[in-house]
Amino acid sequence: MKNSLSTISHIENIPLTINQIGSKAQAGFPSPAEDHAVGRIDLNEILIKHPVATFFLTVKGYSMENAGISDGDYLIVDRALPAKHNDIVIAEIDGDVTVKRLYKRNGILKLKAENLTYPDIVPVPGQEWAIWGVVTFIIKPAK
Amino acid sequence: MGHLGRCNLHHQASQMTYGLVDGNCFFVSCERIFRPSLKKKPVIVLSNNDGCAVARSDEAKALGIKMGTPWFKIKHLADSHGLVALSSNFALYGDMSDRMMQIIGRFSPLQEIYSIDECFISLDGFNTNLAEYGKSIKETVYKEIGIPTCVGIGKTKTLAKLANHFAKKQKQWNGVCDLTALTRYEIASLMNQTPTREVWGIGRQLDKKLDSMGIQTVFDLVKLDPAKAHKAFSILMADTILELRGIERITLNLAPAPKQEIMSSRSFGNPITSFSDLSDILSELCTKASTKLRKQNSIAKRLMIFIGTSTFRKCQQYQNSRIVQLSHPTSSTTRVINTALQALNVIFKDNIQYSKAGIMLMDLVPAQSCQGELFDEIAESPKSDSLMAVMDKLNAQYGKNTLKVASMGNHDTEGWYTKQERKTPAYTTDWRELLIVKA
Repeated sequence: MKNSLSTISHIENIPLTINQIGSKAQAGFPSPAEDHAVGRIDLNEILIKHPVATFFLTVKGYSMENAGISDGDYLIVDRALPAKHNDIVIAEIDGDVTVKRLYKRNGILKLKAENLTYPDIVPVPGQEWAIWGVVTFIIKPAK
Repeated sequence: MGHLGRCNLHHQASQMTYGLVDGNCFFVSCERIFRPSLKKKPVIVLSNNDGCAVARSDEAKALGIKMGTPWFKIKHLADSHGLVALSSNFALYGDMSDRMMQIIGRFSPLQEIYSIDECFISLDGFNTNLAEYGKSIKETVYKEIGIPTCVGIGKTKTLAKLANHFAKKQKQWNGVCDLTALTRYEIASLMNQTPTREVWGIGRQLDKKLDSMGIQTVFDLVKLDPAKAHKAFSILMADTILELRGIERITLNLAPAPKQEIMSSRSFGNPITSFSDLSDILSELCTKASTKLRKQNSIAKRLMIFIGTSTFRKCQQYQNSRIVQLSHPTSSTTRVINTALQALNVIFKDNIQYSKAGIMLMDLVPAQSCQGELFDEIAESPKSDSLMAVMDKLNAQYGKNTLKVASMGNHDTEGWYTKQERKTPAYTTDWRELLIVKA
């Protein structure tokens, strides 16, 4: 039941394509694409794995330049993923939100900047750390 | 099933199991995700016109702030106790609510979305430790969207609601209270410590009357004869008592609850400066919103419009909004447009590069609850016809220069409210208002 419903709504989503192909066919040539009408590529398919847990953020600052993250870029952040060693993460430190590379090895925990002029951030006793989410993609303009 | 269920005379112990999951001080929690610095601070969210507190963090509750306390009465706490007050950000709460409901929906085949921050789920036939299951719901919601929740589990919806109350108020549950795992004596003892007003459906009036009859705790109420309760109150009170005894009288309502607010907004890449262009756009948005309103068979008591410049554009910045009480609740496109344009007339400023506009219909109630409204309106509003004609033209031409300032009424006749001064960004619904992260 569920399957047949989703098939119907799928067809309803693409009537335009079918009509156009149909009208060409009337001119005499059956379109070879007629049986292959599919939805156009959707960026969400590769950029967003967990839609309800995904958020967009904007970057301000230069500490992550070497990771390809520049001032003004957009970040796609997935909160459903576990934060692993070497992931680029959004971290909360005493209420501040920052993007850094997570270092979690041999009992050492720190947040690494990807720009030599910025120091790494190491936990200070009494500080509150939390991982807000894991950066999965960076959106940046090419010009 | 709902009505038949109520008429059933054979009272049997419920074979069902329900969960009630709700977000803890939901609006405040939504704000804290994007401003973690607000954690552990007293925070309140104000009603639409920045009038009174509608959501309070635990820290704000500890300051003695009650639901509905007017802002002007507690303003001084901002300086003395660091109280943070925010305007309500419905774009944000609506989106976070959607996300939360979807996550919870993964844990059950049946879900009733009861309000913006709570839903019932069916936990029938789950051969698992339900408290553990509730804990994993709570943890998943927190992990994925950062909203803390509480879970109550019981044989009936009324018991699940009560369990949720225990989960929220009593530390020992760690946010998940499963009444189905407790003995009758344990449940009775919990009920004995709980005032009747905490029971689902017992409002202040009923609570007073119960109190006058010497019924103070939930346990007192459970002992009341349902037939007597029916006589003294109504069938609803009898059902409540049966539900508290574990006999199901209220089933899941799976039809989606009508929305409490309907918003329609737009950002435009090319800024607009003229009043007529802006009123065209606003009219279009009004049409959209009122169509949605009629679709869900509701009418609105108030509406809000907002306009603003882009914070990312180098120009004179201006944001403003107005909330208008509609003289009669309505779903009429013409009245919504008419009222919205009057409001626009008040907040519109010349020489501003507007980049966004929107309308929100608020305080929605079912259309049936205000019958005859359509006729009242025709009698009451001679402008209605001509406006409808203008709107039709607007629809036909897709809204260019159709509505003119000349169609405005006298804005002094409606009750204007103050603007929302403390609104946070629409972090999840507007590219221009995303959370800024320091690199």
